[in-house]
Amino acid sequence: MSKLVVGPFNRVEGDLKVNLDIADGVVTSAQVVSPLYRGFEQILQGRDPRDALVYVPRICGICSVSQSVASARALAAVLGVQPPHNGLLTQNLILGAENAADHLTHFYLFFMPDFAREVYANEPWHPETLKRFRAISGEASKDFLKARAEFLHLVGIIGGKWPHTLALQPGGITKTIEKQEQFKLRAILNAKRRFLERTLFGCPLEEFAALKSESDLQALVQAQDTDFARFYRISQTLNLQDLGKAYDRFMSYGVENGCQAQFFKAGLYQGGHIEQLNTALITEDVSHSWMRHTTKPLHPFDGQTLPATDDNGGYSWCKAPRMDGQPVEVGALSRQLINRHPLIEDLVKKYGGNVQNRVIARLLEVALLIRQMEDWVEKLMPSETFCHHHDGNFPDGEGFGLVEAARGSLGHWLKVKGGKIENYQIVAPTTWNFSPRDRDNVMGPLEKALVNAPVRAGETEPVAVQHIVRSFDPCMVCTVH
Amino acid sequence: MAKAMMQKNMLWLQSGGCGGCTLSLMCAESPDLLTALELANIRLVSHPSLNQASGTETIKILQDVLDGKLRIDIFCVEGSILFGPNGTGRFHMASGFDNKSMKTLIAEISQVSEYVVAVGSCAAFGGITAGGANEVEARGMAFDDDIAGGLLGKKFLSRAGLPVINISGCPIHPDWVMETLYQIAADSLTPADLDHLGRPRFISNKLVHHGCSRNEYYEFKASAEKLCDLGCMMENLGCKGTQAAGDCNIRPWNGSGSCISGGYPCIACTEPGFEEPGHSFVETPKIAGIPVGLPTDMPKAWFVALASLAKAATPKRLSVNATSDKIAIAPISKKHKGKS
Repeated sequence: MSKLVVGPFNRVEGDLKVNLDIADGVVTSAQVVSPLYRGFEQILQGRDPRDALVYVPRICGICSVSQSVASARALAAVLGVQPPHNGLLTQNLILGAENAADHLTHFYLFFMPDFAREVYANEPWHPETLKRFRAISGEASKDFLKARAEFLHLVGIIGGKWPHTLALQPGGITKTIEKQEQFKLRAILNAKRRFLERTLFGCPLEEFAALKSESDLQALVQAQDTDFARFYRISQTLNLQDLGKAYDRFMSYGVENGCQAQFFKAGLYQGGHIEQLNTALITEDVSHSWMRHTTKPLHPFDGQTLPATDDNGGYSWCKAPRMDGQPVEVGALSRQLINRHPLIEDLVKKYGGNVQNRVIARLLEVALLIRQMEDWVEKLMPSETFCHHHDGNFPDGEGFGLVEAARGSLGHWLKVKGGKIENYQIVAPTTWNFSPRDRDNVMGPLEKALVNAPVRAGETEPVAVQHIVRSFDPCMVCTVH
Repeated sequence: MAKAMMQKNMLWLQSGGCGGCTLSLMCAESPDLLTALELANIRLVSHPSLNQASGTETIKILQDVLDGKLRIDIFCVEGSILFGPNGTGRFHMASGFDNKSMKTLIAEISQVSEYVVAVGSCAAFGGITAGGANEVEARGMAFDDDIAGGLLGKKFLSRAGLPVINISGCPIHPDWVMETLYQIAADSLTPADLDHLGRPRFISNKLVHHGCSRNEYYEFKASAEKLCDLGCMMENLGCKGTQAAGDCNIRPWNGSGSCISGGYPCIACTEPGFEEPGHSFVETPKIAGIPVGLPTDMPKAWFVALASLAKAATPKRLSVNATSDKIAIAPISKKHKGKS
């Protein structure tokens, strides 16, 4: 048996290291290490609750809006306010823009460059991949960056800027959208749609979103010369559908669409069935973290984030969140499975969670999101209000805010006393996916997904490990915060 | 105007921050970030997000830099430097190195780089990560808040003879970074181009207040009372636009935006210590009804006199619109008054 330390991982958000045990050409055990601690929960204690909306977006530069929305919802719960129709739609639009931009950033800038590696130099698809997807020099990265910047003009209009958008509030947003701006928003989405239909999907978004099965997908991709088709063909030759399976236990907090019914449903998928979600069963375990140990795993309302000042035998700053005592996988694949998208149901039924399905679910979600965002823009009513106000006086109480960020389920749990934050705990998507072991020595989802990953002779950066790690689109700055 | 004669190698590391400055920089337009760097003759040797290499390949690049085998012309650091716990730097260890803290790695590379750039308020002054009790002991590269020192010490000059170039902001505007890099690439940036906090003067010569779309409300002290109101946010809602360095309302963000155009007061994110204003971000502290934080350089008596005069003369249009979320009364030019 040999040991291998892999890291730093570039093309993930933030810092990551993985310790591997390897025997007979496969990974036998993995430890996922989050090497950075900043202490946001400690920074928030004792503050005016309104000010959380300045600090929490700065947890993360790539999912800052998700943090703001989760916080705004937790504050709204304590205040007992509800955003008006326009407030919900604009919050959804900003969040949708961030999620779609993040999914595409992951695909074009973080995930695809791995197929341009030397290790694949003999593959027939390598020269084209090198030209199109190599980091920095690949032609796709420039095309994509331009399209991304233009797309984020949408947040410039609605929220002032991205990231660290301050316009998001418990009662809605601070910007009132005028009629001509509504038309401009539509134009931005139309331009995004055109980029995606021409470059990524090769068909109308509706057609991609309506795929029902693996055979539908294969029929569509067969004759295509698009970025999705390029990915899918590579994936088929490398059998990425057999790589990186975790527990096949998936969770989603669901996505509100501002019109009562949920746009993406909430739930917990395990043993092949979808169950109702009960967030009261969430706990965080710190038995393998560099955190001061607690007597038992705590629900986030009572949670603590106190770093250990000496070596306590842990191996990561990350805590181990558990749902009813079990690790769960979160992200676009979980969302679309729990939302019962037929293509994803078919793919998960056949292969479970894996590298390929995570990427497909993410891109499918982009097609779904842009269409939904177009609809949200149509439904804005510029003559009406965008924010319900509160007087700034917080009653004593507690509340939580749940949101589906690009990378999965994000929750903020807040207690207010005497007008100040008494406790504030955050459980981020990659905290779930990249958690260390818990007190029962049960591995986190990525740790599990890495077991049995193949390691080629002489590899110091096992390429299979690279694919598995990036298939989760980790955000390490959110993970520990 | 100087031209870039030689290709410059740029190395970018992320320390105790959120990565938001990189994500904002990726919003660069006309041209896009990668095209802009290419045309400025800047080669990105290593960056955590924009990078073909990973793991040992990255470590080799960094080791070559430390061993003097690879020249670094521009060293960019994003995120604050974590000294904690107890000065050990253990809150942020450098992955891939044997027991080396990020603070040590960053200090070592700074010593061998031609230009050192702190990108964002965390790297410049400590920033958000230094908030609260700052148990992680976050500091900037050459400052701890507004006190010179930081990681590299008061006297630090990079090989090109410049102090750390502080492009503050939370996050930075992509053009702030690009326009600084263009000047560095041409060896045109001099100490005279930097202010007392090491910030490029082309940014800190301006105030966020300049070009504010709410200027007319400011002139007449027609103030917003709650978020969403159209009026000036200085009197009641904590807006620091008149005191904060930046051209946010001259050079829009993400096409057309700014915090203020999005309806939120300026929090002075380009200034040292912005993370601890000593009051809520959305409240203006006052003494006897007069805002404590007056506009930069403005004598108090003058402000009080001006404000009361302006308030007395405020047109109805502005006083009504100031507390409304939509224009309730539109301006009418004198020529057409009374006609319809």
